[in-house]
Amino acid sequence: MSILVIAEHDNQSLNQATLKAVAAAQQIGGDVDMLVAGLNAQGVADNAAQVEGIKRVRLADNAAYEHQLAENVSELVAKVGADYSHILAPATTTGKNMMPRVAALLDVGQISDIVAVESADTFKRPIYAGNAIATVQSSDSIKVITVRGTAFDAANASGGSASVEAIADVFNSDKVEFVGEQLAESERPDLASAPVVISGGRGMQNGENFKLLESLADKLGAAVGASRAAVDAGFVPNDMQVGQTGKIVAPQLYIAVGISGAIQHLAGMKDSKVIVAINKDEEAPIFQVADYGLVADLFEALPELEKALS
Amino acid sequence: MKILVAVKRVIDYNVKVRVKADQSDVDLANVKMALNPFCEIAIEEAVRLKEKGTAEEVVVVSIGPKACQEQIRTALALGADRGIHVEADAMPDSLAVAKLLKAVVAEEKPDMVILGKQSIDSDNNQTGQMLGALTGMPQGTFASEVKVEDGKVDVTREVDGGLQTLRLTLPAIVTTDLRLNEPRYASLPNIMKAKRKPLEVKSPADLGVEVSSNIKLLKAEPPAERSAGVRVADVAELVDKLKNEAKVL
Repeated sequence: MSILVIAEHDNQSLNQATLKAVAAAQQIGGDVDMLVAGLNAQGVADNAAQVEGIKRVRLADNAAYEHQLAENVSELVAKVGADYSHILAPATTTGKNMMPRVAALLDVGQISDIVAVESADTFKRPIYAGNAIATVQSSDSIKVITVRGTAFDAANASGGSASVEAIADVFNSDKVEFVGEQLAESERPDLASAPVVISGGRGMQNGENFKLLESLADKLGAAVGASRAAVDAGFVPNDMQVGQTGKIVAPQLYIAVGISGAIQHLAGMKDSKVIVAINKDEEAPIFQVADYGLVADLFEALPELEKALS
Repeated sequence: MKILVAVKRVIDYNVKVRVKADQSDVDLANVKMALNPFCEIAIEEAVRLKEKGTAEEVVVVSIGPKACQEQIRTALALGADRGIHVEADAMPDSLAVAKLLKAVVAEEKPDMVILGKQSIDSDNNQTGQMLGALTGMPQGTFASEVKVEDGKVDVTREVDGGLQTLRLTLPAIVTTDLRLNEPRYASLPNIMKAKRKPLEVKSPADLGVEVSSNIKLLKAEPPAERSAGVRVADVAELVDKLKNEAKVL
């Protein structure tokens, strides 16, 4: 068996999510190579070469791959990946965008968002917002898989010494053009990998009140998230959404503030190690999954909590 | 231009699904079914493009058992012009659906195909992208804004770090994210009108596609349950528990 892991990166450094996919690849077993597609991404390839257990890094460095456009990268991955038994990518928005194209180009199915490796062809994945865990078996010749990061411990970022070889193939679609991006600037840790996450829901009442969460987050080195209700109400941008259709998180500590606990929100955070819920409605379903529940008005509890942690 | 919208019949998002006692699958007997929420957003976007005069026709397609004609009728009540039902017994997997949609695209020749980014049952998030690869169309997935101009569409996408904008040459694929729009409710007169709108039924054989899957469901189990913990009286007790019991502070 040989496995190709697709590196997630910003052309400068390797994203943590990639290390989770490497961990899943190692559980499948066999040689693990990594593909880095980007522009001026030698630094990423050097990072990748140091990841423990990587045999070979394959670097496709071209302007066509700068923005990870699915049309271009999928063609590359389908070509390079055709010699492998498995192709894995993190289940990030980049992986989710690109991998199904790879699968279709190879005429195989895709197994999305795996949370466990049972064997080389059998995997577990959540369905119905995590209300059921499916065990699925693939008889496809190449298994195309995205990996849910919260379910795997990251592979070691150092200790490896893989070779780096260049790939010259260039796929450059003339049907898509990158116009621009607005990336949220934040000093806080990334939501998907933060050790502590504080999320607000409809109970926050407006976007301005999220400042209460932000100052508490800064005390705790936490990321700030939100429920779909808070996003739908326009309090905060969608990149903060935790849930079935947003980000999946599993920090050491998750603090849900003014969140009722809809099924689709729980799907995004119920694997957190410790869950705290603060809500004034003592019947709120969030209390059914919380390790520590505080029935209180969040506008009183948050300042108190911040003071207690100072 | 012509827009094709693909929709799926799924469990109603308010229903909490349970797995069958023999763990062979989830139990959908007598469960309320509905239009997948992301598909509602897809229909809404297409109908708005028609109302703006950008699109002339909105065609809705659904693949599945006969019952999914209910969802096609809902889409027609929301403003789609006509429906296509591709009748398939079981729930075909994403690749099979993408192949069926490719055949529908070849017949209908739409300028844009709009789909939901994922269905809330299988949570795969695959079909739109697969259709893109099979038809060679560019894709704007997880869209929060769609602007059509001069044979191109600018799609603003919800990505992990924020927003990204791509310019796609039509024909193109768009998959919807939550904030793209807020779907309307169907009015009673429109529901009545929808009953008279054309709905064509096809089989996979009519489209020249054999439906098969290499991915088999072996088992469905309930997730590990979290049990409710304790209620704390105040912030002081909470901080104490987090520090000394959970040791996470």
